[in-house]
Amino acid sequence: MLEVNNIEVVYMSVIQVLRGVSLEVGDGKIVALLGANGAGKTTTLKAISGMLKTEEGEVTVGTINFDGKRLDRYGPEAIAGMGISQAMEGRRVLEHLTVEENLLVGAYCRKDRAGVKEDLEVVFDYFPKVKHLRRRVSGYLSGGEQQMLVIGRALMARPKLMLLDEPSLGLAPLMVQDIYEIIKRINADQKMAILLVEQNARAALGIADYGYVMENGRVALGGPADKLRDNEDVREFYLGLSAVGSKKSYRDVKHYHRRKRWLA
Amino acid sequence: MNFFLQLVVTGLALGMVYALVAIGFVIILKCSNAFNIAQGHFVLIGGYLGYTFLVPFGLPIWASLILAIAVAVVMGLLIERLAIRPLVGQPELAMIMMTIALATVLEGLATLIWGGEYKTYHGVLPTVTLKLGQISIPPESLIGLIVSVVTVALLMALFRYTKIGLAMRATAEDLQVVQSVGIKATTVYAVSWVIACVVGVIGGMLLGGVSGVMIPLAEIGLKAFAVVLLGGVNSIGGAIVAGIILGVLENVAAGYLDPLLPGGGLAQIFPFIVMIIVLIFRPYGLFGLVRIERI
Repeated sequence: MLEVNNIEVVYMSVIQVLRGVSLEVGDGKIVALLGANGAGKTTTLKAISGMLKTEEGEVTVGTINFDGKRLDRYGPEAIAGMGISQAMEGRRVLEHLTVEENLLVGAYCRKDRAGVKEDLEVVFDYFPKVKHLRRRVSGYLSGGEQQMLVIGRALMARPKLMLLDEPSLGLAPLMVQDIYEIIKRINADQKMAILLVEQNARAALGIADYGYVMENGRVALGGPADKLRDNEDVREFYLGLSAVGSKKSYRDVKHYHRRKRWLA
Repeated sequence: MNFFLQLVVTGLALGMVYALVAIGFVIILKCSNAFNIAQGHFVLIGGYLGYTFLVPFGLPIWASLILAIAVAVVMGLLIERLAIRPLVGQPELAMIMMTIALATVLEGLATLIWGGEYKTYHGVLPTVTLKLGQISIPPESLIGLIVSVVTVALLMALFRYTKIGLAMRATAEDLQVVQSVGIKATTVYAVSWVIACVVGVIGGMLLGGVSGVMIPLAEIGLKAFAVVLLGGVNSIGGAIVAGIILGVLENVAAGYLDPLLPGGGLAQIFPFIVMIIVLIFRPYGLFGLVRIERI
């Protein structure tokens, strides 16, 4: 349903961030986008959601297709209307609004009032913790609750594709596990495609169908999630597991990594 | 005592009008993060519109009010489309510069259309004087009080209970989030500028009835600015309370202090002195938005 074809992104007409990124998200699939800091994961998401245009970024080469439409030609509001909703990095709740108002903002573009009410209950069903806090000012919620609220808000638009940017950022391991289980459930119940940007490769590959690894503005590696989990490089660089469990000198790793980059 | 109450009541009416104008400030500040220097000039235009509809056209007050609001709506839409929309996403300073330009243009237009002369429609309003015991409320104050209270109540309801109100409050918090859920920022801006124009114009009509209209009426913008600072820059409730406080203070000061000093004029600065004292102790104003910090 979503196809990113070899896009290049340039900020402020000079800073090139993406140098040819291609990826694909199929109907109802969870796709993980992994990579180190500054690899271009968030920029890829912003290129898809059109948010680049608000930050003086631009897709200069390549196309982004979503259900037969060229997304790179539309602004963020129009793209949201096509059924893509984004939960941005860093738990961006609307601090002075209540929890319920936050969720209603997510459903702003929908016309069916009854459906919105139903979905409010659906969201509360996924996140029972949030239900008790519905009249609270959202700025005072804990980090985990805010992350739930942000995912819930993205869900309220009843999108076809949800873009999640680092849902595990700054959360305790148990909370990460909770949130990932819920993401998996949402994907299974709603048949909603999810594109997941993550540093936490272990958690992301645990629920994803397919994964991509980005490096220096390029996709360095792509494949089914279980294959990626077994891939030596991914195990070594992202999961922190050494290939044979034996000691390895830092020099070898560095050299190996450098060679890998040249090849990519 | 009666003299004092009399001053308080007329001050209350004046204060509500200040509050109304100040709300226009707060709305623009919340949605664009920019001080709207031209707010006082909306008031000026409002005063001249009030004069035009009431005196040369000879329309009744309700019709004049509706017509003035209609003009204000068109003015707000035009300003948003021509001056503000090209600046969305630009630094806030650019927006402030643009409002300075707007102020100059509006002042020029007022001079062009109405000649910049002193116009008054003091006697045109119906001369009902409400008597509450010993206190009599002059018609301008009464009309000002009613119109501004109704307008403020309508605005509060708009923010609290309607979808566009929710979108406006959300935009004040985080523009990107709002865009990511598909709310058109331009719609929110347009509505904000329309509201700022409408409250300015209504305020202008009401003030023009009391003091007459001339170019310096635009300085009311400065007073509204003081109201906003006193109330806390992003609080509408604060603007209302601070508006009333300043209005009453100004009137009471005029009643008691002006006769003491030859030449008078103390009433004009007294509210500002109070404002400075309050700001020393509460730099965020009386009701500034609490910065949420989680512990």
